[in-house]
Amino acid sequence: MTTASRLTSRAFLVVAGLTVLIPFLAILSAALQPTTTLVPRLEWPTNPQWGNFAEAWTSAGFGSLLRSSFLIAITVVPVTLVLATLAGYGMAMFRFRGRGLLFAFFIAGLTLPYEAIVIPLYFDLRSVGLIDTYWAVILPLIGAFMPFGIFWMRSHFESIPAELSEAAEIDGASRMRILFQVLLPTARPALTTLGLLTFMWAWNQFLLALILLRDPAMRTAPSGLGTFVQQYGENVPLLAAGTLIVIAPIALLFLAFQRQFISGMLQGALK
Amino acid sequence: MAVTNTAPAALVREPAGAAGTARRSPATPARRSRKRRDRLAALAFIGPAFVAYGLFIAAPWAHSVWISLFEWDGIGPSTWVGLDNYVKVLTDPELVGALRNGIGLIFFYTVLPIGLGLVLAALFAAAPGRASGWLRTLLFLPQIMPLVAVGVIWRYLYSGDGPVNQVLEVFGLGAVTRAWLGDFDTAFLAVGIVGTWVTTGLCTLLLFTGMQKIDRSLYEAAQLDRCGPVRQFLHVTIPGVRAEIVVATTVTIIAALASFDVIFVTTGGGPGTATIVPGVLIYRLVFTSNQVGLACALATVLSVLIMVIVAVIGRIGKERS
Repeated sequence: MTTASRLTSRAFLVVAGLTVLIPFLAILSAALQPTTTLVPRLEWPTNPQWGNFAEAWTSAGFGSLLRSSFLIAITVVPVTLVLATLAGYGMAMFRFRGRGLLFAFFIAGLTLPYEAIVIPLYFDLRSVGLIDTYWAVILPLIGAFMPFGIFWMRSHFESIPAELSEAAEIDGASRMRILFQVLLPTARPALTTLGLLTFMWAWNQFLLALILLRDPAMRTAPSGLGTFVQQYGENVPLLAAGTLIVIAPIALLFLAFQRQFISGMLQGALK
Repeated sequence: MAVTNTAPAALVREPAGAAGTARRSPATPARRSRKRRDRLAALAFIGPAFVAYGLFIAAPWAHSVWISLFEWDGIGPSTWVGLDNYVKVLTDPELVGALRNGIGLIFFYTVLPIGLGLVLAALFAAAPGRASGWLRTLLFLPQIMPLVAVGVIWRYLYSGDGPVNQVLEVFGLGAVTRAWLGDFDTAFLAVGIVGTWVTTGLCTLLLFTGMQKIDRSLYEAAQLDRCGPVRQFLHVTIPGVRAEIVVATTVTIIAALASFDVIFVTTGGGPGTATIVPGVLIYRLVFTSNQVGLACALATVLSVLIMVIVAVIGRIGKERS
């Protein structure tokens, strides 16, 4: 490549990077303006108001929104991991009639939009008194993560050489023992990635939280942000601070585990 | 895709003893009991997941299809109307418009990001190094964020005195500045660009991993045939990442048709119905105009549309490879 074309291609990549970066810098600079600024200009504040974050956390209630999201995510993730591991193992290791059909039934869920199930969920969960409890979001999320989770764990168990479990079987180990003592230790990376992705999807979920948790006191971080913007959209600095608070946990997790996140999402899509 | 690739491997892994005797001898009582034990064990392992998925995903979906056959305001008694709601979904201008907008978003969620992604991935492949690794991570960032937060950020960027207009003024384009999300002519373009911003990183990285797998000798052969970089890109690179293009298309089309979060917080479907999409209209039908049956019919059409499109893309992808 000539120097000129190399420079052009580098410039193109840098511009692409800036297109992603600038919106984040803009929202950060907006979050640091005095809350009296109507629409903050794109400029670094002369007197950064870090206190806006404290105000968003307490008086705008983002602290309690985060608490809801955490409660939901830390329930959904372990249950999903356990159910997906068991079912992924079952789908990978047993032959039975209707197995292909069952797998297709699970996989169909990968294409199903939340819009297609949320209305009956609202009426059904209301009639059993679960609406406005965290279970209204936790239970459907666990169900919704089954297709990907089973699929993910099944491919993991199928990638392990069969000799490993056969040897254990000859030694007289039960199915449960094979799963927990022989296969599970090999599954740690697959489980880590699945756990991270599940946490992210649970944390980011908006539609279910918006409709199934109508009580403002129960709102999650995204649904709280989505309703906050409609009520206090005028107060851009406070809104911007709240937005960054909602993003922060998932962004930090991404920075710490970026390899798992990226390879997990790419492999998950490719599989 | 791997779903089919792994199946033969799984067959090989059948416990050798059981499979071997199965073909030769007729079912002995011992074999039959082993088979039954296997079935029971499978049931025990898969059962809990099946219940969770069946109860909270599959059953609500079936219930939604059932509700779609009624006229129901969500409170009072319901009236059987057969397929009337579906006729309305496919003829009423507002409902058709929502579906049309959803399909229109495919341009911004799928076509543009894959086009941009192909170029970016090729440039990344030609520029190895730590800096370009960091840049790829940065490009991926929008993909992991809550889409509500993405919507809030862009709502601010697009606002009347906001950063987008401010930048345009700097470049002497003050004449085109406007409230992008409130203008009938630009609102759809504006929310579409947010979609492009979100999915381009995923597409780029998918295509980039595909390009890493292309056999180097193909490029050498192309060079011997005096193909320049552009022709190499068209004749070696693009065919080499066909599988990744199929995957990126599938994933992003689902995201386009099922989009809700970004539009809900930026425009709410407005101005008028300029940016209404099925998800937002379903929400409105249930919670503002109490037409639950109609909302469920739209939801059913949306889910069937997505399944059909995904199946067709899968078929095309398989035929070509």
